Amino acid sequence: MGIRERLSGNEASAMAMKQINPDVVPAFPITPSTEIPQYFSTFVSNGSVDTEFVAVESEHSAMSACIGAEAAGARAMTATSANGLSLMWEMIYIASSLRLPIVMSLVNRAVSGPLNIHNDHSDAMGVRDAGWIMLFSENNQEAYDNLIMAHRIAENKDVMLPLMVCQDGFITSHSIENIELIEDEKVKEFVGTYKPEHYLLNNKEPIAVGPLDVQSYLFEHKYQQAEAMRNAKKVILQVAEDFEKMTGRKYSFFEEYKLDDAEIAIVCMNSTAGTTKFVVDELRNKGIKAGLLKIRVFRPFPAEEVAKALSHLKAIAVMDKADSLNAAGGALFSDITSAMYVNNANVPTVNYVYGIGGRDTTSKDINIIFSDLQEIVNSGKVENPYRYVGLRKE
Amino acid sequence: MAYNLKEIVGNKPSRFTAGHRMCAGCGAPPVARMILRALKPEDHAVISTATGCMEVSSFIYPYTSWTDSFIHTAFECAAATCSGAEAAYKSMKKQGKLPEDNHTKFIAFGGDGGTYDIGLQSLSGAMERGHDMVYVCYDNGAYMNTGIQRSSATPHFADTTTSPAGSVIPGKMQARKDLTEIMVSHHLPYVAQTLALNNFKDLYEKSEKAIYTEGPTFLNVLAPCPRGWGYPTDMLMQINKLAADTCYWPLYEVVNGKYKITYKPAKKLPIEEFLRPQKRFKHLFKPGNEWMIEEFQKEVDTRWQALLDLEEMSNKEN
Repeated sequence: MGIRERLSGNEASAMAMKQINPDVVPAFPITPSTEIPQYFSTFVSNGSVDTEFVAVESEHSAMSACIGAEAAGARAMTATSANGLSLMWEMIYIASSLRLPIVMSLVNRAVSGPLNIHNDHSDAMGVRDAGWIMLFSENNQEAYDNLIMAHRIAENKDVMLPLMVCQDGFITSHSIENIELIEDEKVKEFVGTYKPEHYLLNNKEPIAVGPLDVQSYLFEHKYQQAEAMRNAKKVILQVAEDFEKMTGRKYSFFEEYKLDDAEIAIVCMNSTAGTTKFVVDELRNKGIKAGLLKIRVFRPFPAEEVAKALSHLKAIAVMDKADSLNAAGGALFSDITSAMYVNNANVPTVNYVYGIGGRDTTSKDINIIFSDLQEIVNSGKVENPYRYVGLRKE
Repeated sequence: MAYNLKEIVGNKPSRFTAGHRMCAGCGAPPVARMILRALKPEDHAVISTATGCMEVSSFIYPYTSWTDSFIHTAFECAAATCSGAEAAYKSMKKQGKLPEDNHTKFIAFGGDGGTYDIGLQSLSGAMERGHDMVYVCYDNGAYMNTGIQRSSATPHFADTTTSPAGSVIPGKMQARKDLTEIMVSHHLPYVAQTLALNNFKDLYEKSEKAIYTEGPTFLNVLAPCPRGWGYPTDMLMQINKLAADTCYWPLYEVVNGKYKITYKPAKKLPIEEFLRPQKRFKHLFKPGNEWMIEEFQKEVDTRWQALLDLEEMSNKEN
């Protein structure tokens, strides 16, 4: 039996890091993830972890130092949000191409500009093709659990990719909720020690990392990254299975909420899933067969599995908390619809861009989407697949 | 033990091996080789480099010239990358995750582009945080890797591809940034400026001090570039000597705030001697441009005098 606590999403993430006890944590503060390094440096100052905390002068240096530390043979973790991730962007690609299993908390926030410190997913969507494993979390419990599972996935020898755990800025990062923590010893045993195969600090076997990699080999190296990302799918499920044995909490690529017999469903990520579950329950009481598919694993994208889970529906709404500004729809919408098309699942699908810059998304908005879906089912056609929900009326 | 070049080269095989693709007459490889020779043979090193000539010519997959562990990530973050590796060492040593006999030193290399300009923040941060590492700037006075564009280390009036000597604007119109002094202002335990002079004694001894002084240390090393400066490739060592003898590039060190000029030329040569063999200063010698050489000389003199003053002041007994 775990330990019952009340923690915010940031506290839960810092707690997971404390239990993981990484060797190095380079970090730079940015709202709303600031509290994570803040709490963590208290653990360092009080000697409750063995970590070297590197108080870098920017996020670019945070990720550079993570890369240096991880390549040296250490376990490195960090946290950031929005513009912090934008500043890291160059290093994000380098981290994954060097096959360094760095683990990062990404507390999602709108990327400037103009400046906004509140939640949306534009930061995460900006690095969706960067070769990182990306896990999304509905609440503090999932943010915590995803971090506990992170190293087992990232450090698997068939994977060796960096991993980020996303959660919604303020909505979950700053909201205190009940949580069940795992005992320190159990976490330690579950996460295990990192034993890199090749590392800079091995004086018995010097290595060179980060070459000039031109036409002769870069293509093959990128192919290996693609292969690692495919391998990650299997590993994510294996780790989830072990995690369930330890905690009883079940994880997969996505969560299906009343989806089996649903006729209409919403696909979304992070905290909006909580609001959607509430609305699904209300609609079910009224006899409306509504459901939800909540993406947990966004990268690798479980295309085939998603298509299979959604193929029986009569209409689908995909909610994107970031617009791709491509005049065609958000990133999750593109992924879902292409997964459906490739797997021969033909269901009318509509996109809703929502919650940009922290705009509150209430049950009212979710109800609007479900009633739009009912209309699509009745009319059998989608007038405009690329929509906004929650915009000011005037 | 007195310095002896023959013994050093004989007893300490090069840790930066032949086969790299740096240009003939480039000042950087001899500098890298000599700095690494200052390592104790039994010590391991982690070397971090910024993107630049030295990186793209020394580690083209699957070949490397570095016999120690080496990492390159990007242009502006050799210092931050190195600081992460150093933090890993500290952490893993403390936890007993590395063998007792593992002694690793941390050295970062960057050109003037990766150090004076795009990497200045990363360097400043790493030095301020006190990592036990040496940062070496091999200063060739322009972005040579991308084709000789001006940097803040480019000397006044130099002709570069982004400060071309034109009919209206005669080259780079700004004087050089003094990075060594910026690093002195970080109050580091050891900061030095050097180059490959004569038998490399100055460079070797400063490298040894920089590597084996605990804490963050900085070396600024002039590394001439035959392509960018326009001198014959066999003239490298003469160019180095002229840089020192004209006091264009003073050789000095600052140990815990105390300045010591390590080379005072018996006869300080006029700056023309350094400028004349270099094509990038050709336009300075055209009739009517005498004012440019005068101004250049004035700058050199002012900076040299300031350094002499600093040496005197910082060594005064209170």
